[in-house]
Amino acid sequence: MTAIDPTAHLTEEQIEELGRELDAIRDEVIASRGEKDAAYIRKVISAQRKLELASRAVLLFSIFPPAWLVGTAGLSVAKIMDNMEIGHNILHGQWDWMRDPKIHSSTWDWDHVSPAEQWKHSHNELHHKYTNVIGKDNDLGYGIMRVDEDQKWHPIHLGQPLWNFINACFFEYGIAAYDLELGKNLHKRRRKNPEFRARAKAVGRKIRKQVLKDYVIHPLLSGPSFLTTLAATFTANLVRNLWSHSVIMCGHFPEGVQVFERRSIKGETRGQWYLRQMMGSANISGSKAMHFMTGNLSHQIEHHLFPDLPSNRYAEVAVKVRALFEKYELEYVTGPLPKQVFSAWHKVFRLSLPNKKPKVKTPDREKELVAA
Amino acid sequence: MTSTALRSRAWKLLEMVTTPLLPSDYLDLFSPLRAGADLRGRIEAVHRETPDAATVVIRPGKGWRGHRAGQYVRIGIDVDGVRLWRAYSVTSPTSRQDGRITITVKAIPDGKVSNYLVRRAKPGTVIQLDQATGDFVLPATKPAKVLYLTAGSGITPAMGMLRDTDLDDVVMVHSAPREEDVIFRNDLHDLVADKKLRLVELHTDTDGMLDVARLGELVPDWAERETWACGPAGLLDAAEEHWSGHGRSELLHTERFRPSVVVVGDGGEVTFSTTGKTVDADGATPLLDVGEEAGVLMPSGCRMGICFGCSTPLKAGAVRDLRTGEITEAEPGVLVQTCVSAAAGPCELER
Repeated sequence: MTAIDPTAHLTEEQIEELGRELDAIRDEVIASRGEKDAAYIRKVISAQRKLELASRAVLLFSIFPPAWLVGTAGLSVAKIMDNMEIGHNILHGQWDWMRDPKIHSSTWDWDHVSPAEQWKHSHNELHHKYTNVIGKDNDLGYGIMRVDEDQKWHPIHLGQPLWNFINACFFEYGIAAYDLELGKNLHKRRRKNPEFRARAKAVGRKIRKQVLKDYVIHPLLSGPSFLTTLAATFTANLVRNLWSHSVIMCGHFPEGVQVFERRSIKGETRGQWYLRQMMGSANISGSKAMHFMTGNLSHQIEHHLFPDLPSNRYAEVAVKVRALFEKYELEYVTGPLPKQVFSAWHKVFRLSLPNKKPKVKTPDREKELVAA
Repeated sequence: MTSTALRSRAWKLLEMVTTPLLPSDYLDLFSPLRAGADLRGRIEAVHRETPDAATVVIRPGKGWRGHRAGQYVRIGIDVDGVRLWRAYSVTSPTSRQDGRITITVKAIPDGKVSNYLVRRAKPGTVIQLDQATGDFVLPATKPAKVLYLTAGSGITPAMGMLRDTDLDDVVMVHSAPREEDVIFRNDLHDLVADKKLRLVELHTDTDGMLDVARLGELVPDWAERETWACGPAGLLDAAEEHWSGHGRSELLHTERFRPSVVVVGDGGEVTFSTTGKTVDADGATPLLDVGEEAGVLMPSGCRMGICFGCSTPLKAGAVRDLRTGEITEAEPGVLVQTCVSAAAGPCELER
């Protein structure tokens, strides 16, 4: 619903044809899913667990600075792997097809203060279905920020660069609060709702376990290295939070990503749903290691088109998806991480102030007229 | 403090370190067959028996409680990345000293697991195991006279018993299409040479199918023999009819392997097993809608197949994925997304 609709040149039939072509891409991956993919996720899980074990073992001697550095770096990477390539994707049901009860969306839990059940609801069910629909998709600014001109400005948004920074540092707590819909549920009447209380309790239990592990037991086991291990686990959590926050900001906030009005999705067809995912997401370009560390969320567009395909297949899917963007003359929003992070932050700063100009973008209009 | 109490405290502490995972998730990386782990086994060798049958040698994990001759074991194996469970008779004797067991598998046409085990399984593969089970076993007191009536891969539990327990008077009537299809043929003829077994070997390609009603011509004293029969449903049905017709049902033990055949169709009767509701569904309506219309409390989410919030165990029958047309048949542990699945024949959901 940005002033100029970048999909206006597509006819209804074209949109449905695009949907069929995307379905075909999905079917191809599903038909070829197999042993190699299963071996991949098992290898990643095994590597993550070994890395975490080794890092925590090294941190038992964190009083020695080299041990602190190595252990903290290892634990940070292990936590990022747990949340991104493993947890996020398993909880999406990407690996349910293996029928392994130990690697299944219904049984998995992650190194994160938000319980898997609650995250699956707010993320898989709401965000992925209502991607970038204002008033429906709370990921658009997480309820604390304004990330599109069409969201109403309020004086509280003046502080949003600060809110965003604090949210980045304690991102997992931000997500837990978000999954609880804390903002909405803290009202007096809702607070007593037994369903909300049960969910809040579950979050409390999860936080207690996570905090005990990282900030009590592991430091205690380190004996004389108590304080340095405490600093190490805090740092690892901070690194993980900053990293995942950056990656996730790049998914929907950079310039060029479209948002949609509530009424625009009424009676939406499969083709139109696909098109919304294409226009509402942005990728991050980079090396294989980079894609891996983002949990392949660098292929955000492909992930939003096919949230249940195994993450290791997004790279090959991206080639075909990008060709479709070109064929249908749509903008594939992508860029290296620093550029995308800057773009997202720039937006956070810019939109902390009320809109400067009226919404009609005259220069674009003129361009269009010239083109016509 | 006792040592068990101490150990359980130490374990609790470990759990606090590994949360949200369990200590066993880490131990499994290094020692999947250890005591206390979920029961697993490692394939250590695969021996060809016939052109389409093989014996798989498995080292079970420490938790294995042993088996009785004639029992079967359920194994879970990843075929093309998908875990599938099947039951196979244990063919090694209980007296085997090296702690390993064997199962013998015949590849059946389109059988995913059987073909994998016979043609592709590699030593070193870790598989999932259940404890041995089944009451197709010899009684505690040895029967005086025994008959094994088997066909095809139905010979496997009988072989488990033959190898395990020496009996005084044993007859086996075994059918297979051709000589080269007879699994364990050399072992059987060795037993015959040692005078431990009387064998009637029928090759149905040339001899025709065994007519159970005329069993008396092959084994005149069949009615005095405690009999263990295993093979295709046709053989077992005929045997049951024959034995009961002669008032000898108590002497006949049968073992049926093939799971009931799943009828795949377009729509069908849907049973919600927990609530006990049954409704007719067409082949185009998502099972989620079918359940909700029938007043069954169904878990739901995005209603478009992306969030997996509606996944429900499929206990029996088959469903069709409305997006791809793919058929999923019921097996233990199979969950289906009810929002994008329709009945493909009669089926049963756990709700």
